[in-house]
Amino acid sequence: MRNIICVLATLLISVAARAQPEAFPSTYAAPAAQPVLFKNATILTGDGRRLDETDLYIAEGQIQWVGEGELAPGATEVDASGQWITPGLIDVHSHLGVYPSPGVAAHSDGNEATAPVTAEVWAEHSVWPQDPGFSRALAGGVTAMQILPGSANLFGGRGVTLKNVPSISYQGMKFPDAPHGLKMACGENPKRVYGGRTQAPSTRMGNVAAYRSAWIRAQRYQADWDRYNQAVKDAAAAADDSSGASVASALLTNTPPRRNLELDTLAGALRGDILVHMHCYRADEMLTILDMAKEFGYRVGTFHHGVEAYKIADELAANDVCGALWADWWGFKIEAYDGIQENIALVDRPAGGCAIVHSDSDEGIQRLNQEAAKAMLRGNRAGLDIPPERAISWITYNAAKSLGVHEQTGSIESGKMADVVLWNQDPFSVYAKPLQVYIDGVLWYEQDNPSLSPQSDFELGQLMGAAQ
Amino acid sequence: MNIKRLLFALLGLLLLASPSHAASLLITNGTVFTGDDAPPRQLDILIEDGLIEAVASDLSATEADQVIDAAGRPVTPAMFAGITAAGLSEIGMVYEAVDSRLNDLYTGLMHPEFDVRKAYNPLSSVVPVTRIEGYGYSLLMAASGDRTISGQGSLVRFNGGFDSFEGKTAVYINVDGYSGNKIGGSRAAHWMLLESTFGELSVDDEDLTLISPAGKATLKALRRDGLFVFHANRASDILQVLAFSRRHKLNAVIHGGQEAWIVREAVAASGTPVVINALDNLPGSFDGLGARLDNAALLYEAGITVLFTSGETHNARKLRQVAGNAVANGLPYEVAIEVMTSLPAEIFGGKPRMIAPGYALMW
Repeated sequence: MRNIICVLATLLISVAARAQPEAFPSTYAAPAAQPVLFKNATILTGDGRRLDETDLYIAEGQIQWVGEGELAPGATEVDASGQWITPGLIDVHSHLGVYPSPGVAAHSDGNEATAPVTAEVWAEHSVWPQDPGFSRALAGGVTAMQILPGSANLFGGRGVTLKNVPSISYQGMKFPDAPHGLKMACGENPKRVYGGRTQAPSTRMGNVAAYRSAWIRAQRYQADWDRYNQAVKDAAAAADDSSGASVASALLTNTPPRRNLELDTLAGALRGDILVHMHCYRADEMLTILDMAKEFGYRVGTFHHGVEAYKIADELAANDVCGALWADWWGFKIEAYDGIQENIALVDRPAGGCAIVHSDSDEGIQRLNQEAAKAMLRGNRAGLDIPPERAISWITYNAAKSLGVHEQTGSIESGKMADVVLWNQDPFSVYAKPLQVYIDGVLWYEQDNPSLSPQSDFELGQLMGAAQ
Repeated sequence: MNIKRLLFALLGLLLLASPSHAASLLITNGTVFTGDDAPPRQLDILIEDGLIEAVASDLSATEADQVIDAAGRPVTPAMFAGITAAGLSEIGMVYEAVDSRLNDLYTGLMHPEFDVRKAYNPLSSVVPVTRIEGYGYSLLMAASGDRTISGQGSLVRFNGGFDSFEGKTAVYINVDGYSGNKIGGSRAAHWMLLESTFGELSVDDEDLTLISPAGKATLKALRRDGLFVFHANRASDILQVLAFSRRHKLNAVIHGGQEAWIVREAVAASGTPVVINALDNLPGSFDGLGARLDNAALLYEAGITVLFTSGETHNARKLRQVAGNAVANGLPYEVAIEVMTSLPAEIFGGKPRMIAPGYALMW
């Protein structure tokens, strides 16, 4: 009998201690690719350096070396004289797939606007992989992006980081091991959507009260799990003392807390496993949010849109918070009325500043380099001295950092993913176009080579197809 | 025209646009784009009392109250900001400060007599925000509300005047899939209603059904000396516009035109100008499955007058970027300059915008 109890206890411990299997894991695996040597390029590394007339070698999906090194036999050589190389561009704020083209009502899957707190929904479950926007963005040099829920809700749900590769399912696009994002929203949108239904929140104070109430529930949920996990751990320790009967009894009386999808997400954000992406325009609201994060002990990773971010550039840098911003959008609502075109450059300015150019647009994502060029120009006109090797970080390294994938991608460094764009000229020109785009060393786009470009089934047999 | 060059062009414009109380102004060493499709030349420009007096290679000996050395920067006529609600929309989502549309009148009538110019506010912040980027004028739009004919507007000059309107009156008619669905339930039903409405113009019947007497008078007058700006993207819709305009003797302009390249021979034969957003390259709706980046170049090569609009009001300043992308996709550079400066004035009946003797200093 005692043996049986011991077995039972061990079994219970093992069941309890086993982590939940990862739901909807990435199934992406880059196909094998030919090694490529780019000769004599101007390289913007993404992390602040510019290397002129430099060679770059990629093989086995990785950046092997920059400058000089050994080559595998049979490597393809690309004469990149007069051409520029940057890391693959990354957009931290896209709704491709969840608000795809064509924008028909049946494809409008980006806002679960039925309750102000929907932390339980995952944007990836709305992604339509056939959105032609993916291939257009690829032609603009975008190799990875975060797909976010919309901003109707205070907690809109989880965002997902995708590699910009064609796939039947979003799972085949999921960036391996990238953390999830949590989309939250300040200001006008949630209070308009729910206030318009005479439902909470209808005010900014209502917004804040509802965030805090949700965090309180998440804290309690986390504490319940911590307590349970501790009991399991204690029981395991006790089992070594061969007092199996009491262990089993302890475990049986400590049933695990009921899983709750909404609180799973919020607790993940409190623990720091899920990165917080906060849609917020006004400086005063961003400061309120930073205080709230202190109250509940979590980190705001990135403020999105932040039209007034320039007013608190120092505070953002001091708190290690990125600002994902537009180059020139303003005035479409009153919380966007104070927009200035120097915003990105000013957020970039303090030591530790983390400026990002985001798109939030199926047009803008195709031209992140032009958006960054406009922001660089405005900064330089304002007397800042921003060279291309710095501005490129706004759409590469800083974006990777915001998504928690900067160890893997976002800069040209050996050992990193070979996510690389070859440009016909300085990418900050309106005439610049990608000649080639590689993702994990695989050539997915080449100018004037439509047979290579991914073609969505939606476009098969239609007017444009892969022609664009 | 890389971004830096665009900036210099802008600086040049700012110089030109700076309100000067001096009676005479001399700009020296400009890289002057006169406003047609000629290549730029190094020229000096003498302006007296708001009129361009002389444009020549060396006017440096001329006395002037104010002299600006352009130091080789481009100087262009002030640019066209596209079809916008500048001065009509202070903040997009503050609806009581938006005056570009007609909604909820609870009548089935079409209202071409609805004139957005009555609501134009030159003190709107959008006007100087746009002007400081080098834009001197725009075509005021009656936004598509819930009506097939959304109203009328015209060119407006960004000089701060309350009545700085010029050119022909343009009436806006939306014949896309969206309005077809809203009005009558289909494109076919919509064309039937438009045919009936324009048919009523020719009969002397006081018992009008789809249009008020004021609307009828408006359409009759505009048929003589106005413009009909049809919003249409799908190739088949564009052909319907051409046929409709021929039948009813309308001076038409196509706005949208994503698939105009497919029917470019017919569009060119009709002489109809096309206003496009040269960034449109996604099948954003089933009206525009053929949207492509080289639309501007294809239309231009077919002999069509192409103009640009960005679809933006607050960010109408983006139109230079739109033009730059059109050039990146095959439109000749000098043509883009003309499209951005003098051509819209010509099409919409405004005063000529050229840097040449005898022309007014327009901004």
